[in-house]
Amino acid sequence: MDRRRFLQHSSAAAAAFLGARIARAQSASGYRNLLVLVELKGGNDGLNTVVPYADPAYYALRPRIAVRRDDVLQLDDRTGLHPALAPLLPMWQARELAIIQGVGYPEPNLSHFRSIEIWDTASRADEYLTDGWLARAFAAARPPAGFAADGVVVGSSELGPLAGGGARAVALANTEQFLRQAKLAQPAQARGNRALAHILKVEGDIAQAAASLNGNRQFRTEFPPGPFGNAVRTAAQVIASEAGVAAVRLTLNGFDTHQNQPGAHANLLRQLAEGLAALRAALQELARWDSTLILTYAEFGRRAQENGSNGTDHGTANAHFALGGRVKGGLHGEAPRFDRLDGGNLVHAMDFRSVYATALEKWWGVPSAGALAGRFPTLDLLRA
Amino acid sequence: MRCLSALLLAAPLAVQATGMGADDARHLLNRAGFGAQPREIADYARLTREQALDRLLGATVAAATTPPPEWVREAIVPPRELRQASQEERKRFLAQEIRRGFDLRTWWIQEMLDTPSPLSERMTLFWHGHFASSQQKVRYTHLMYRQNLLLRRYAVGNFGELLHAVAKDPAMVIYLDSASNRKGKPNENFAREVMELFTLGEGHYAESDIREAARAFTGWSIEPETGEFKWRPALHDPGVKTVLGKSGTFDGDAVLDLLLERPQTAEFVVAKLWREFVSPEPDAAEVKRISAKFYASNYGIKVALRELLLAPAFWAPENRGALIKSPVDLVVGTMHALDFSIGDPLPLALVVAQLGQNLFSPPNVKGWPGGEAWINSSSLLARKAFAERIFRAEEMPGLALAEMQKRRTEADVTRAKGFGRMGQEGRERFVRALYEIQFDPQRWLGQFPGAVSHADIERALLAREPVNAVPVESPAREVVKRLALDPAYQLK
Repeated sequence: MDRRRFLQHSSAAAAAFLGARIARAQSASGYRNLLVLVELKGGNDGLNTVVPYADPAYYALRPRIAVRRDDVLQLDDRTGLHPALAPLLPMWQARELAIIQGVGYPEPNLSHFRSIEIWDTASRADEYLTDGWLARAFAAARPPAGFAADGVVVGSSELGPLAGGGARAVALANTEQFLRQAKLAQPAQARGNRALAHILKVEGDIAQAAASLNGNRQFRTEFPPGPFGNAVRTAAQVIASEAGVAAVRLTLNGFDTHQNQPGAHANLLRQLAEGLAALRAALQELARWDSTLILTYAEFGRRAQENGSNGTDHGTANAHFALGGRVKGGLHGEAPRFDRLDGGNLVHAMDFRSVYATALEKWWGVPSAGALAGRFPTLDLLRA
Repeated sequence: MRCLSALLLAAPLAVQATGMGADDARHLLNRAGFGAQPREIADYARLTREQALDRLLGATVAAATTPPPEWVREAIVPPRELRQASQEERKRFLAQEIRRGFDLRTWWIQEMLDTPSPLSERMTLFWHGHFASSQQKVRYTHLMYRQNLLLRRYAVGNFGELLHAVAKDPAMVIYLDSASNRKGKPNENFAREVMELFTLGEGHYAESDIREAARAFTGWSIEPETGEFKWRPALHDPGVKTVLGKSGTFDGDAVLDLLLERPQTAEFVVAKLWREFVSPEPDAAEVKRISAKFYASNYGIKVALRELLLAPAFWAPENRGALIKSPVDLVVGTMHALDFSIGDPLPLALVVAQLGQNLFSPPNVKGWPGGEAWINSSSLLARKAFAERIFRAEEMPGLALAEMQKRRTEADVTRAKGFGRMGQEGRERFVRALYEIQFDPQRWLGQFPGAVSHADIERALLAREPVNAVPVESPAREVVKRLALDPAYQLK
């Protein structure tokens, strides 16, 4: 073998080796770690969720709807939780609950539809993307082919971060109904033009998910009543399926609290906290709590000042939760700054895409720059 | 089991010497309208392609035939009155507007079903997606209705006139914030979208053009008492602006004329029409050729349509079945092609919304992305659940209504957007109407001349052979249902 041929051989061998490494990195790439996204649809009022109870400006802006200092579940000497979030306290005490404050993006848009699209596609405010950020991440680094699906959306027909991009995503309200409906799917070998190929792929995704999911796992955990409790139960069923899934998205509706906010908001936060506590218990039963990261998100927070109807109007920067057995509990981000409002709205201190980048790079070990159309610093949010 | 497509190949092609034949006729009618009945296909099959185009373009209309809801004649509630209203009154107003939104969607679906010119209707819907405005932001259902009348007035008329008119349409003025675009305090929303999405397309203008154009558009507003467009000279910036290399004391109309002067506008619109009518990927040379004629005609929409629908690519075998049906194509097209009996079309409006095409509420200013985006696991199962549901031969809604009192039945169909906001009365209306939607196989088969083979049914309903063969011994209703559930049924 001459030198040139040897070099060709060895580089081919190196390429094959690297190729194998890359292939393994893709298929094993941390997708055994589960990501659960919880959408607080309508725009949760972060200021009455994570309450800056020591700041007189908070009470000055919200004389009628502020959470009273005496009612706040105090986390430290200036930050507390809404009392309806009491079911989250065990996680806070176990340091499994991180609160990320001041999350938003530049040039915030105050339309529900446009702003959730920005969050779902991880776009800039002035750019329109069609594929969801998770779909783009999965297109760049595929979850294992044997998974039931790349992502499962529970309780909403909108795929949000899983839309487009060739992600294998299925939406379902409950597993039984999905399995019944999925019988209408007609998977077949790919053929025909691009349009038919796309339809056949989706038929196949449905069939594969239906073949791998089952709704018969018995949990000791008691799930709270109501739509969100049912969604959590369904999510637990999906996660219990052996085939695996990389991401699950849940939705809790009703956060657009323009009027008579206090009662409605307390009720929503109670559903959220009870649902998350049940999800934790179910994941512990499945021994998945340490391999699950739960993130909340919403299109926006709400205006710092209350409105004339005992409620709040659309706002900008917001507080969000990260939960899981390997989450570094505590306060992250920046507490609300009422001294530098912009048009009555909080100015964001952390780009939401940093939270996404953390999930992609630190939780799954996949690249984030493509999925997020740019580089965003990650947060120190996770334990090894 | 023998395969239907084998029968199809064996069937003699009954094409008259001068006519384009049934396959061409079905293709044209499906693309230019919403579905086609066997008798329409037979009728057009006798024409040449040119004759068919003459007929379609000669029959266009500029107004709807379906009577609008009564409330369109009522005066609108001015915003000032709303601001002074109590919380309860405001709540009632918003609930009323949501109900009226259902009325309006139902009205439009009825018009799509009944129109003497499905092509005019398709173009009205096309412009609704192009010049997107949404009730979600506009709120006033009256204004959405008036915008719809405007779109249909110009739908197959002149693009330049349409652009000028829709730019000052009150729903658009609200949707793209023109009313808050004022001298010294410009809001660039309309200026940006008119260039990026309505005329030139990205890459054919600079940020400075947007800033300058926004100044020209200042002064456009609304008369709150009537909801009509109002020119407010005091808010207009009369200074010199430089847009696309030209300088002058432009106003909004002058800027629109500058945009129309650019041939890129013709190309942008023709490429979009190509994706609507021909295939997902426009042929650059053909788009250039057709847009040159469109431009030379000073933006005659019929000129562009004729060129597109007579282009070799439109008829090419590889582009048959290359487009994914929109929810309107699927729902209205199925109802029309199979000659369904329909009472109250409300359920159809809600299903269309559930499938992702909520009329009067496109997702954002870009309109519906369309194409492959129509189909995901959720919408595909919903499409199939719809097809399954409409072929159930059930008579009385009494039982369903009684069950609905107890729990949410019809869950597959009724998860439509807005269903929850209809109230008990509305939900009962929905279920009753759902049961009135009936397919009569004998009546439909009677449209075919003589005995009907499975191959005839297949050719009437599908743009390409089915993915899964239908057993030959199946009765007609079963054949139709199976074909409607076949993956190929999603194509046109």
